[in-house]
Amino acid sequence: MTTSSSERGVSLGMPEPPAPAYPDDVRARLEADAREVIARYPDSRSALLPLLHLVQSEEGHVTRTGMRFCAEMLGLTTAEVTAVATFYTMYRRRPSGDYQVGVCTNTLCAVMGGDAIFEELQEHLGVGNGETTDDGKVTLEHIECNAACDYAPVVMVNWEFFDNQTPDSARRLVDDLRAGRPVTPTRGAPLCTFKETARILAGFPDEREGAVEAGGSAGPASLVGLKLAKGESAPARVVHPRGAASAGAPPHEPSPAEHLSSHDAPQDTSASDPAHPAGPAAEEGE
Amino acid sequence: MTLTTEIKDTSPEKLLAPVLSAFWDEERSWTLDVYRRHEGYEGLRKALAMSPDEVIAYVKDSGLRGRGGAGFPTGMKWQFIPQGDGKPHYLVVNADESEPGTCKDIPLLFANPHSLIEGIVIACYAIRSSHAFIYLRGEVVPVLRRLHEAVREAYAAGYLGTNILGSGLDLELTVHAGAGAYICGEETALLDSLEGRRGQPRLRPPFPAVAGLYACPTVVNNVESIASVPAIMQRGKEWFRSMGSEKSPGFTLYSLSGHVASPGQYEAPLGITLRQLLEMSGGMRPGHRLKFWTPGGSSTPMFTDEHLDVPLDYEGVGAAGSMLGTKALQCFDETTCVVRAVTRWTEFYAHESCGKCTPCREGTYWLVQLLRDIEAGKGVMSDLDKLNDIADNINGKSFCALGDGAASPIFSSLKYFREEYEQHITGRGCPFDPAKSTAWADHRTEVNA
Repeated sequence: MTTSSSERGVSLGMPEPPAPAYPDDVRARLEADAREVIARYPDSRSALLPLLHLVQSEEGHVTRTGMRFCAEMLGLTTAEVTAVATFYTMYRRRPSGDYQVGVCTNTLCAVMGGDAIFEELQEHLGVGNGETTDDGKVTLEHIECNAACDYAPVVMVNWEFFDNQTPDSARRLVDDLRAGRPVTPTRGAPLCTFKETARILAGFPDEREGAVEAGGSAGPASLVGLKLAKGESAPARVVHPRGAASAGAPPHEPSPAEHLSSHDAPQDTSASDPAHPAGPAAEEGE
Repeated sequence: MTLTTEIKDTSPEKLLAPVLSAFWDEERSWTLDVYRRHEGYEGLRKALAMSPDEVIAYVKDSGLRGRGGAGFPTGMKWQFIPQGDGKPHYLVVNADESEPGTCKDIPLLFANPHSLIEGIVIACYAIRSSHAFIYLRGEVVPVLRRLHEAVREAYAAGYLGTNILGSGLDLELTVHAGAGAYICGEETALLDSLEGRRGQPRLRPPFPAVAGLYACPTVVNNVESIASVPAIMQRGKEWFRSMGSEKSPGFTLYSLSGHVASPGQYEAPLGITLRQLLEMSGGMRPGHRLKFWTPGGSSTPMFTDEHLDVPLDYEGVGAAGSMLGTKALQCFDETTCVVRAVTRWTEFYAHESCGKCTPCREGTYWLVQLLRDIEAGKGVMSDLDKLNDIADNINGKSFCALGDGAASPIFSSLKYFREEYEQHITGRGCPFDPAKSTAWADHRTEVNA
């Protein structure tokens, strides 16, 4: 949730004029959607998170126009809406790519190879964390734990699961995305664009034929215990392959520097000083 | 099945107890049709034949405890809802599964969403609620699709809506997608978020049972807790209590991940040990040994290979100095640098700290600075005591459990691996090669050999 002030577009000069409104036809369409969302809640303000997803589905990121729209629909100030929009990591605040590629670099995925994958993709795409390729196709991000640790290392594209990745498979994945070749997640439906994904998040079901069925009932790791319990796989001391995806021999040697990723964690301001006169806080009562 | 006699047996057929996961391997397991073939919505019929108070008492007697981390008795949470107060009551299901290492609710909702919906209807009948919410983290669109579809099916079949199964019960169910914030897994932050605000924890009291969503009496339960209720109603509390222990009865999902031969979901009676799970599933990856692991996500103090025989139930793990948490068994082998692991977790807590209270906001920041210095070989010995001191100033002194969670890896890693920290300081850097920890590390060695 930490972004530098320049990224937020904060200027200390004249206050910005109010954001322009949506064109009438867009506004009419979004307003109908928004009323449907608001009707789901006993209190209209509860619709704010879905509405921010909705305006993100219109423009690919949350614009000032989008926030103004949310504020008007809910009877809030734009400041109240901005406070919420800037708190949550899924709301983008600048134009980004059609495909958001998120590499999990939380501890378990990082150790299992997520750090190597993230470094590989940065080199391969020539972009850093949160940046978009020149063709506007791929925005690369490192993400936190996405609840798929039994499929580590995990890469998410537009919040669909790509399990058991390697630097090789991840590189092929982004190449396919940029070339417009069809890409199938390990679990979940064929990819839609980031905007279409945002509309599902706003609470509008995916209407594509077969989207709900896609990916089968459960991924292989979800079933290992069940199969053992049913005596369907030989118990004890059997080494299961980690899946075909991990078969490629990656050429990449991770550098020691990547221990220190988490690029959006607080930045250094001053070195910790063990000799600081304030020392550790005194115990209570001392 | 009685656990006491069979716990010594290592055959997985006897050690495991698939209930929620029993039919995940069937075609279209997530549909209403398949769910009904497996006694789906039968538990609801039994519940509706009882009075709401009887349902609460029944769930309380079953001994079901919260599966989201804290282990609070579910029936007791329901009982706290004041009745006849004239206010609306709400049930909010916490599906914001984001604790590092935790990966049980997401596969459960992907493969068997109706178990949750049936549990919701039963719970709402019990606490007299006519509107429930599922707060699902936003970053799992495949699960959101299936929840949308399952809710649609349940409405169409009369399990949701008005006069459910002719009982007079009316219930609306809203699926709500979050927007990326670990803190929203904390129940009061979740409620603020669901009210359209920044997800920041509330001061308690008042507790959500008195003033929760829209200041009305609210029950917040984890997905797995609620999804376990239909089976308890259908097969009986005695059946449920026949598994696990007196204080930790029943079955639960254990999630094995990391440097193990077979990562995945293992549903078993409470009280199974990591040794048993590893023995039945092929152990650690070949040629490696367990170094450290978490019993229930990164916020639970880590264990080592000394703790392989700790019974994985609320009391057993607690007695050994940690918490059962979410039963997220993240296993790391000897190639893993514990300082690197703890640094990354701490960066996570610093990133996810909501900023509301000072100990957590400032403390996690300074922990990261110290840990990065140590990892980079720039630490000094007194940094270790300083780490401990800062963690002590966060633990128990923060607004919510995120702060306590941030302190756990620090305390426990210093307790078991202080020498490794010292090596980083005296050796002016990290002695580990991260390439050896990757999922493909050994495969490459074979190829090159």
